[in-house]
Amino acid sequence: MIREQSARAIRLVSMPLLCVASAIARQAAWADGPQSSPSIFAPASTPASSILGLSLFVLAITGGIFVTVGGLLAWAIIRYRAREDDDGSEPVQIYGSTQVELAWTVIPILIVVVLFLTTARIIFAVQDAPKPRAALDVTVVGHQYWWEFRYPKLGIVTANELHVPVSNAHDPKPTYLHLLSADVDHSFWVPQLAGKTDLIPNHPNETWIDPLHTGLYVGQCAQFCGVEHAKMLLRVYVETPEQFAVWVREQQQPGMQEASVAAGRHIFETEACTNCHRIAGTAAAGTFGPDLTHLMSRATIASGAAPNTPENLRSWIEDPDHLKPGALMPAMQLNDEQVNQLVAYLSTLH
Amino acid sequence: MADQTLPIAGTLDVTPRERSQAMLLEWLHGWVVTVDHKRLGILYVVYAIFFLLVAGAEALAIRIQLAWPGNHFLSPQVYNRLFTMHGTTMVFLVGMPILFGFANYLVPLMIGARDMAFPRLNAFSFWLTAFGGLLLYYSFIGGFGLYGMGSAPDVGWFAYAPLTAKAFSPGHATDYWALALIVSGFGTLGTAINIIATTLSMRCRGMTLLRMPLFVWLMLVVSALTLVTITPLTAAQIMLVIDRYLGGHFFDTQAGGSAMVWIHFFWIFGHPEVYVLVMPAFGIASEIIPVFSRKAIFGYPAMVAASVGIAFVSLGVWAHHMFTVGMTSVGNTFFVLSTMLVGIPTGIKLFNWLATIWGGKIRFAAPMLFSIGFLFQFLIAGLTGIMLSVAPWDWQLHNSYFVVAHFHYVLVGGIVFMIFAGIYYWYPKVTGRLLSETLGKWHFWLFLIGFHITFDTMHFVGFLGMPRSIYTYEPDRGWNHLNFVISVGGMIQGIAVLIFAGNLVDSYFRGKKAGSDPWDAWTLEWSTQSPPPSYNFAADPVVRSRRPLWDLKHPDDPDWKYEA
Repeated sequence: MIREQSARAIRLVSMPLLCVASAIARQAAWADGPQSSPSIFAPASTPASSILGLSLFVLAITGGIFVTVGGLLAWAIIRYRAREDDDGSEPVQIYGSTQVELAWTVIPILIVVVLFLTTARIIFAVQDAPKPRAALDVTVVGHQYWWEFRYPKLGIVTANELHVPVSNAHDPKPTYLHLLSADVDHSFWVPQLAGKTDLIPNHPNETWIDPLHTGLYVGQCAQFCGVEHAKMLLRVYVETPEQFAVWVREQQQPGMQEASVAAGRHIFETEACTNCHRIAGTAAAGTFGPDLTHLMSRATIASGAAPNTPENLRSWIEDPDHLKPGALMPAMQLNDEQVNQLVAYLSTLH
Repeated sequence: MADQTLPIAGTLDVTPRERSQAMLLEWLHGWVVTVDHKRLGILYVVYAIFFLLVAGAEALAIRIQLAWPGNHFLSPQVYNRLFTMHGTTMVFLVGMPILFGFANYLVPLMIGARDMAFPRLNAFSFWLTAFGGLLLYYSFIGGFGLYGMGSAPDVGWFAYAPLTAKAFSPGHATDYWALALIVSGFGTLGTAINIIATTLSMRCRGMTLLRMPLFVWLMLVVSALTLVTITPLTAAQIMLVIDRYLGGHFFDTQAGGSAMVWIHFFWIFGHPEVYVLVMPAFGIASEIIPVFSRKAIFGYPAMVAASVGIAFVSLGVWAHHMFTVGMTSVGNTFFVLSTMLVGIPTGIKLFNWLATIWGGKIRFAAPMLFSIGFLFQFLIAGLTGIMLSVAPWDWQLHNSYFVVAHFHYVLVGGIVFMIFAGIYYWYPKVTGRLLSETLGKWHFWLFLIGFHITFDTMHFVGFLGMPRSIYTYEPDRGWNHLNFVISVGGMIQGIAVLIFAGNLVDSYFRGKKAGSDPWDAWTLEWSTQSPPPSYNFAADPVVRSRRPLWDLKHPDDPDWKYEA
């Protein structure tokens, strides 16, 4: 009877656990590269994989505690239920036991010691890792609903899509990100590459990544920053050294100057666009909005809110609120022809 | 059942016959001017249940919006207001008032007193708290302010600076938020002082500190903790108001102010606040679990020590909300340790409840069902808390849906379950009628199923990289199905809460008569009538142990023979 009950209790406890385990296994592809679902169980960079190793250890310990304590609880609740044929008498009253209290104080203390030491090791390993000379420096500036990326040593300024070279275990080429904010708090989070670090005004932060596989890694702002916090998306392109060198060369060129789109360029330079946007080689030198010198080298606009197509560009210029309600770019009230000329001009900014 | 067996003076009915001819207006006037701790307790609870329904509706609107990607049910502006109001309401207008309501009603009854130490302060505190809630909700209609911006606050319940500065939050919405919390904060402080004074100086003869029911102990600890934690919140709100109205620069980062100062102040308040909310739930569990297991609480002194221990340690863990703000590795390590230490006294509590059940004869009435749910869910919440205390893992989990899942496990799976348990347990004392057990079981099972569908699933979208506070998400992230499931669970919980509300109203008129002691319980509140007369006890009770009614029911084997 009792054995039957305990078997039932074990099933009761183990079922949800099995479901949980299989759900994790299903979701975590343990991929060797980027995936569209930015799972923390698919690390592709040293900080993210150190964290995963630690978290699996913690998961095993807490899982053990859950099975033990939860099992005891379930068993006690089933075993000590009032029976149908109960005689109504009160059970034996037990008021406590110092030995038992001591036991369940000391065992958790030991578990805490183990967890603490393991955790401390990973904190120092990730946070205080020595910075290699070959590291690439990028300054990340958070703005209300978009990301600015500056490569001070390379003279590049771009937005929303970060390009970094791939790293490898033998010849590490990590990227160090200096995190600043132009307005409110933001947080840089690309789960497959590293844990998140906040961008706080007047409080510079730093984090690093060393992606081991090429491809596109996605993430997004992880600290509520206002109306369009949800559409402050992050795209990190990890490239081979050759691809990266090509990208750098292209980004270092000034903006294209094609005579055929001079009308559009004139509109850009004479309307309020220049207050916020910069295009190298023109009169536009604003800093409130993304640098548009190489707009066409980016796959998305509005910080990942929409693919960078002429139609989307057009709709964005006509009414930014339509694509991203609450974005800080105003609708410029241009007529159809002006918008056409402007889109034609922007489409040449490779 | 125990009416005739108890020769306690409190059961003598000497209430004058009143209200027979009372007009509606007089009845209402009676409630407004009352200084009776029981009536104020009821006011607190009714007020909190009203806002529970409001904030629950806000949560459902949030879940409809997130059910599938790219949904247009709510605009981003409205969505941000709703999650801000949901969080602020649940913490300040539901959690705190309902728990202080329980304390108001029960503490004097449990310690054999006739009222709180300061009845007028008590009434003043309630009306301040109530005014704070109305002020917050008035922002929906009054918050437009300058430039037509605003309406309800939309800065998150944590309201990180500098998003709250005039530059980023024009209009008056944020002002309503700050002022509402200052006002209700003063109400909370008044009640906390009152509870401390009452427990320390109003106990009946024979009730030493170590004979107080654990609920009273927990409320004493919570009240002391409240005095320490509400203060920094109020200070921070006042600084914010100075920034917004008088050109101060505490949090104005453009003028050299510090965003970090707000984060520190907020969590120095915010983390102990979690314990302020959860410890009354511990107290309720420590009353209900023994009665329905038919055993004395196991390890009473350890339970008291663990409660005091949790309160102390909880004051030194706030920066575990800040592992991602860029503290030094040493700073992070310190807060990992202090946070993990909380697990030890909390574990002791759980083990003591387990040992109380062990060897008992468990009756599965609604209060016990909710308590059992609480035990399992609190175990899980504690373990996910350990996971979050591991700073590197927190770098991934912080501000993700995993955190949302974790704190809802504490706040709903732990506290709301115990609030429901407490209402099923004490409703007969307050109204004289039992809540329907059938509806109670429907409520329990539906709520349990809905809770797990929603909040178990939330852990997984967090693992998959979904941040909190977003009004929509990209369709290719692998979050779609999980979010739909979460929303379905939310609806089930909504239905369960409606059943509960229906039960509250229906049983008031048609419930089974309860008698003074329907659960065959052991603490003093069950020795007087249901509902208790305004003077609580006709004669001052005298106690000799922690379970005075056990002693009366078992004169041959009383507790005082065994208690050290």
